[in-house]
Amino acid sequence: MQIARVVGTVVATQKHRKFEGAKLLLVQPLNIDDTPRGTAILAIDGVGAGVEEKVLVVMEGRAAGEALGRKAAPVDAAIVGIIDTVAIHE
Amino acid sequence: MQLARVIGDVVATRKDENLIGIKLLVVQPLTADRQPAGRPLVAVDAVGAGVGEEVFFVRGKEASFPFYPAEPPVDAGIVGIVDHWDLG
Repeated sequence: MQIARVVGTVVATQKHRKFEGAKLLLVQPLNIDDTPRGTAILAIDGVGAGVEEKVLVVMEGRAAGEALGRKAAPVDAAIVGIIDTVAIHE
Repeated sequence: MQLARVIGDVVATRKDENLIGIKLLVVQPLTADRQPAGRPLVAVDAVGAGVGEEVFFVRGKEASFPFYPAEPPVDAGIVGIVDHWDLG
């Protein structure tokens, strides 16, 4: 899983039916020191996350589909947790 | 999933039979501020997207799910047309 920050919301009327009712958020993956890494991606929100929150993101299809609770959904990323703290002890 | 702009299409007459009838589009991945992010790629279309539209696409085998029970051999597929996105 990856640590990311929610940076935006996405509205799409015309989409695959498995996305109906799902919340799509734009998330920016972070390095462990909170600097941005790579390009922001879209993730299904499975936990009620909001903009600015630091979240835990799965970036794999099967896991993301399970977070959405729908079989055979064409998704590859989902927010599965809202992060309280990250502590590195080294 | 990733944001992208549809910048072209691909025609292939001779292809895997599971690709017959599926539209192939060229997409340029975008950053949140609409700058190109990496190289363009070819994605199948599951939502009726067209050139010039902003879309989001899924990577991996999941790109084939909209065509179930067919299993086209694809690794990227457009699954939504974006109305707008807002940065917080």
